[in-house]
Amino acid sequence: MNAPTPAATPATPATPAAKKPAGRAGRNLELPEHLKAYKGVWVFLEHERGQVHTVSWELLGEARKLADTLGSAVSVVVLGGPAEPLEQFAAQAFTYGADKAYVVHDAVLQGYRNEPFTKGLTDLVNKYQPEILLLGATSMGRDLAGSVATTLLTGLTADCTELNIDPVSRALAATRPTFGGSLLCTIMTLAYRPQMATVRPRVMAMPQAQAGRGGEIMQETLGMVESAIVTKLLDFIADASSNKINLPYADVIVSGGKGLKNPENFKLVFELARVLGGEVGATRPCVQAGWVEAERQVGQTGKTVRPKLYIAAGISGAIQHRVGMESADVIVAINTDPNAPIFDFAHYGIVGNALQVLPALTQAFAEHLSRGGRHAA
Amino acid sequence: MHIVVCIKQVPDSAQIRVHPVTNTIMRQGVPAIVNPYDLFSLEEALRLKDRFGGKVTMLCMGPPQAEDALRKCIGYGADDAVLVTDRAFAGADTLATSYALAAGVRQIAREQAVDIVFTGKQTIDGDTAQVGPGIAKRMGLQLLTYVSRIVETDLEQRTITVERRAEGGVQVLKTALPCLITMLENTNELRFATLPAMIHAAGYPVRKWNKEQAGIEDLGKIGLKGSPTVVSKVFGPTPRSEKAEMLALETSSLRDVSLNLLQKIFTRHPTLEADLLMKEAP
Amino acid sequence: MKKPSQFDAIVVGAGPSGNAAAYLMAKAGLKVLQIERGEYPGSKNVQGAILYAQALEEIIPDFREDAPLERHIIEQRLWMLDDSSFVGTHVRSEDYNKPPYNRYTIIRAQFDKWFSGKVREAGALLICETTVRHLILDGDQVVGVQCDREQGDVYADVVILADGVNSTLARKAGFHGEIEAGNVALAVKEILFMPEETIRQRFNVGEEEGVVIEMVGKITDGMMGTGFLYTNKESLTIGVGCMLGDFKANPNRTSPYVLLEQMKRHPSIAPLIAGGEMKEYCAHLIPEGGFHAIPQVYGHGWMIVGDSGGFVNAAHREGSNLAMTTGRLAAQTVIRAKAAGSGYRAGALRAYKAALDDSFVMKDLRKYRDMPRVLHQNPQFFTTYPELLGRAARTMITVDGVDKKTKEREILSSFRRTRSLTGLVGDAYKLWRAFR
Repeated sequence: MNAPTPAATPATPATPAAKKPAGRAGRNLELPEHLKAYKGVWVFLEHERGQVHTVSWELLGEARKLADTLGSAVSVVVLGGPAEPLEQFAAQAFTYGADKAYVVHDAVLQGYRNEPFTKGLTDLVNKYQPEILLLGATSMGRDLAGSVATTLLTGLTADCTELNIDPVSRALAATRPTFGGSLLCTIMTLAYRPQMATVRPRVMAMPQAQAGRGGEIMQETLGMVESAIVTKLLDFIADASSNKINLPYADVIVSGGKGLKNPENFKLVFELARVLGGEVGATRPCVQAGWVEAERQVGQTGKTVRPKLYIAAGISGAIQHRVGMESADVIVAINTDPNAPIFDFAHYGIVGNALQVLPALTQAFAEHLSRGGRHAA
Repeated sequence: MHIVVCIKQVPDSAQIRVHPVTNTIMRQGVPAIVNPYDLFSLEEALRLKDRFGGKVTMLCMGPPQAEDALRKCIGYGADDAVLVTDRAFAGADTLATSYALAAGVRQIAREQAVDIVFTGKQTIDGDTAQVGPGIAKRMGLQLLTYVSRIVETDLEQRTITVERRAEGGVQVLKTALPCLITMLENTNELRFATLPAMIHAAGYPVRKWNKEQAGIEDLGKIGLKGSPTVVSKVFGPTPRSEKAEMLALETSSLRDVSLNLLQKIFTRHPTLEADLLMKEAP
Repeated sequence: MKKPSQFDAIVVGAGPSGNAAAYLMAKAGLKVLQIERGEYPGSKNVQGAILYAQALEEIIPDFREDAPLERHIIEQRLWMLDDSSFVGTHVRSEDYNKPPYNRYTIIRAQFDKWFSGKVREAGALLICETTVRHLILDGDQVVGVQCDREQGDVYADVVILADGVNSTLARKAGFHGEIEAGNVALAVKEILFMPEETIRQRFNVGEEEGVVIEMVGKITDGMMGTGFLYTNKESLTIGVGCMLGDFKANPNRTSPYVLLEQMKRHPSIAPLIAGGEMKEYCAHLIPEGGFHAIPQVYGHGWMIVGDSGGFVNAAHREGSNLAMTTGRLAAQTVIRAKAAGSGYRAGALRAYKAALDDSFVMKDLRKYRDMPRVLHQNPQFFTTYPELLGRAARTMITVDGVDKKTKEREILSSFRRTRSLTGLVGDAYKLWRAFR
């Protein structure tokens, strides 16, 4: 307990009486003293075959905002094999807002495996004690985050759509959809550190890179031998790269829903997308009905997209689809139902039959673009 | 071979409605189902049993009515089912849940050693994908998530080789048993239950364990108390103040409306036109 | 070649009649298997829904303790609507507020779940998502059922068919013929969410009190049918149904859904449902052939209960109580036959028919046996009369300087002009006969 302070300053208790909100009896919502020293916002940099996954940059943008609010620094953790360009990744990270990079080169970190990566990340966390740790909600990120959170016995909030700092507690307020996306909830980890969160690719905006911005690289070691690691990575079989559908990073997406009535009509969607040089997306019902490949699904259980232009044809705009595309810069909706929810958040709407509107739009765009645009002579 | 499959009973989120006034979840009448992702893991477990013989034990942490979900799995061919149910588990987040389930698996393993633990990739009501990794960590099991195919299982050597979905490709991993596996969705097709299996399941006495029987050692690690994450509020998505600008088809021709729309789009997003033109350029 | 029975009884269907039968037999210690084709009990069932307490009391006397009940009904309204008005009677009494209450509104999804839970508690085995394709016969004796699953044959001493209005089992086995469009109605309904406070104010009811409005008239577009509006705790149920044959023959080709939309817009109905958010929409067939359409209901090793046997009293909109009662009577027949060791040939199961005849079920159906035909052959009851009555009422009520005697004469002559004196007398007689 606290000893009474000298008369010079008024005696104040070191820990105020714990405030227990109604209904939470028995829970510790106060941050224990020894965890108050945890400072800094960390991002785990995910990379594969020479490239950093863009979700790491998106996270870095968010981390910078959070750190600025808290008045602390942003660091990244980069783990990899002996010859991988981790320092280059660190340099890129600095341009995106990181101040420090913890780099670990080790042969056992060549290619992702749960055991060495979990040890690498948790050792660094225990050594440098960040208050927030962010990872991308990818195959690697989710595999790693769950293991790390359980090792550190701390709280992890997954698939967040928004990250803020709560002004009162200075804790991370992580917002995510719940109950199939019908509602949102804000989750906090008040009494444990670090506060962990994962975010899906494309949910956060890509930050601007500041060329010339630098930072400090700290070389760290892992201390694990291959013979002690039980799981062996035998091979990596890359996906066939031809005709790869790259929905999350497309600038223009034309999407179709069940309102198109039958799969043959999707060719109208493909045609408009072709003229615009864009990608084709679809709603979950279309994918489940086998009308298009699963990779084209946009929505809560599909891909999140952030195109400049999103044209939705025959899509009602249910919340599960909405959360996957509402960050698009310009949303155009075509639906025969004037009460379709999509008109509540689209920028432009046409109440009409997509089977007629799509070809008309295709022609209008084709003519316009071949003429060289509005400002053509 | 002894395999444990962990499942969760969840409300069918496709049928959930939100109360228009109070913004709470209207659960009445919404049927509870086995978390769909868990079924891929169940099917994979049953296929291993078909090949190697042995036993599949179902495990679930949930309220008493989760018994139905477990019985359903018996109908598909699982041999035994344990429901870990106790008021003390209520309000558990993923950390507290993995603690309880890990205890449950250990308890099951005391009766017969466990070779593989399967969990679903994630739940449709939580989406976190954390419980599987959490159980593996607590039990010291090798973790294999996002498995798209089990390539080879060698019970003599006690090894298993799998293909795991990663960014841009598939990892081929080999590890030792016992391990924990989460299957990717659509990697297999669930079999149909036979009538005798369904009748057997309808009357199956699901074992129910309270916290003592589940072998919980530290009560501070379960339920609300054992959950570091706290839901501070639940709310409806804020409606956008600005609704769509509607372009009417009744008053103008389709062509005019299209041209009008183009103008609006490009005015609103000036760089978009330039980007599109660049793609067009030879 | 007869296989040994695995069960004393198989009940096909987990609706109210199947649940009543399965519950009582299981409670009496019989080994019962209940087979439901829907995902869960109630998923394929649709009803208004009004629970008639008496019928359930005979099965589960203390059902009020934990059954999910919406509101107990204290007021019944009967409205005859024309295009923009209605003439109606309201019956409300404090007597209805004295427990035990006689009728409740219920939400079937929750009620069926509860009832099915009771059935399982009683010891019956329930399997869902399984459709019975055929009855298995050994000679002329039903000895089991064949389901749409691998190894799908299961054997029992007796099979109770509780598989609803669309039942194909009895038809396939040759026990009765096809349903005729003239013997079945198609009804659609919506549950509209409405805050409790709004319901209280609009319908003038307390927290647990409810109102039932039954409607006839122009809302069915000249077809034979009725509409209804019920108050639940936090929602309203509104629906309409007409004879299937009438839908098919209707020159306007009005679909049931369009009929419901029109009804919701009726100036007398719209204000009552204003602001309601649709929570659920469903449709179902209702057997309305009455007495004349009831098939053979028992045979060697089998009995039919509920909608499958056409046990619906359309005149009074009663179906679920007949379903539960027929289920109970069938169960009691099986229980007695087992105790007596009399086997399950038709001779032993005849007691079921006797019990039905002795109960309100057949007595009411017999009483109203001509109702379907009379109403069907006299569409004026659904079109002309609502109009005439409406106009008559309005004429009398409007104060416009015309003396009352003149008004009376005007009303009478409008009736005679439209229906003629013989027509009027004839209509009165027909109605009296049909109700007698």
